[in-house]
Amino acid sequence: MTGARADLAIAWAIARKDALSELRGRQAAGSTLFFAALVLLLFGFALGPDSRKLAEAAPGLLWLAIVFGGLLTVARLHQVETDDDALDQLARYPVDRRAIYLGKALAGLLAMAVLGGLLLPVVGIMYSVDLLAAGPGLLLTLLLGAIGFAAVGTLYAGVTVRMRAREVMLPLLMLPAIAPLLLAAVKATTAALAGDPLGEFWPWVQLLAGFDVIMLIAGGAGYGFLLEE
Amino acid sequence: MKTRILGVVALLAVLAAAANALFVVPADLNQGDAQRIMYVHVPSAWLGYLSGGVTALAGIGYLWKRDLRLDAIALSAAEMGVMFTAFAIWGGMMWARPIWGVFWQWEDPRLTTTALLLALYAGYLLFRRLTDDPHRRAARAAVVGLVAAADIPIVHFSVEWWRGLHQGPTIGSPDKLLTPAAPSQFVIALLAMLGAFTLAWAWLMIRRYQLARIQWQLEEHGRLGRLSAARRAATSTSASVQASTEGAP
Repeated sequence: MTGARADLAIAWAIARKDALSELRGRQAAGSTLFFAALVLLLFGFALGPDSRKLAEAAPGLLWLAIVFGGLLTVARLHQVETDDDALDQLARYPVDRRAIYLGKALAGLLAMAVLGGLLLPVVGIMYSVDLLAAGPGLLLTLLLGAIGFAAVGTLYAGVTVRMRAREVMLPLLMLPAIAPLLLAAVKATTAALAGDPLGEFWPWVQLLAGFDVIMLIAGGAGYGFLLEE
Repeated sequence: MKTRILGVVALLAVLAAAANALFVVPADLNQGDAQRIMYVHVPSAWLGYLSGGVTALAGIGYLWKRDLRLDAIALSAAEMGVMFTAFAIWGGMMWARPIWGVFWQWEDPRLTTTALLLALYAGYLLFRRLTDDPHRRAARAAVVGLVAAADIPIVHFSVEWWRGLHQGPTIGSPDKLLTPAAPSQFVIALLAMLGAFTLAWAWLMIRRYQLARIQWQLEEHGRLGRLSAARRAATSTSASVQASTEGAP
């Protein structure tokens, strides 16, 4: 196999390993989903019972729930590596570090996409939002948002791994960093749900894609330095 | 000695530029004395962004050269950045209350971007405190600083659009005074403050860097001390164990 294809195969193998361990240890992923759904329920108590107001705020609330659930997800995907010092083994493999980063980010993306996809119907039902009207634009936004979150999350989970107080440090570092992602994703979701009357959907999607590319490059460049220790 | 001269010059420059901005330059026709806040607000914001850039560059330099002195520069710049950014936001809020009628204006992209800048570098500093190994801390902090620097332009774009796609620009933003239409007296006063603040920043950076080096030596000293104490304890226990086994019949 040539270099790039070999790297992709390695990344895929790592992502597949993480996906399998997530599926076999169902409790953790299930609890994260339950937690995110609970967040949506509590937003209902905080802002309700005016259902019109809730439907208006639905895109923002959906993305906040994805962010909170996502923080737990990316942290867990790195926690499983440190529990048995598996990360040291991973770091010793004679492969490009970027392939390892890509694999972990891909696993994060899969978990985030599942989380977001399962939260969509919850939002649709609880906040009475017509999701079918939004169509593929909503799924595209979800995908791009999940890529960006996984790109930053994987890098920062690597930064805070095996550190004191990492439970609080990861959100503290990540939340300001993903602020533009949250903003763009909420705006794109709002536009998609409203049928894009002002033509705002594509600019925000482009911003999301730009964020994804920049953060994937930064992650690929930075992650290797974290494994060197 | 040279640093001391720089410090004195910076102090005098800040005093002179501030006196000029407070007493010599006339008050703004529309905004009155509140406009004078701009003379400290704009230089503080500039130094906040400059510090962010220095943190990122010093971090990249560390990853390249593995020299802890570069990490000390990154730390010093991040602290300067947090301080000046907080000062800029505080000044901006003091200005916004009489002019806009509110402390916080979500539609102003600069304010929102600067608040996130503050959050990013405050996180950076908190993060540094929780890692002990100097090289591990330096490498991880460099990555965090790099991401923060890459994030700031995207943040700025996004908040610019956030407002831009909705309504026209806010009126009376401080930068309007920098357009050629502004009287040269205002421009000169602002430039003088910018220069004076930058001198003060440079002096603070040098002092903070020196302090970081001393702290690092102290840390290293403590580590070596603990190491030799542990070694002494280990040899003395093994010696006593040997003695007790020899003493046994």
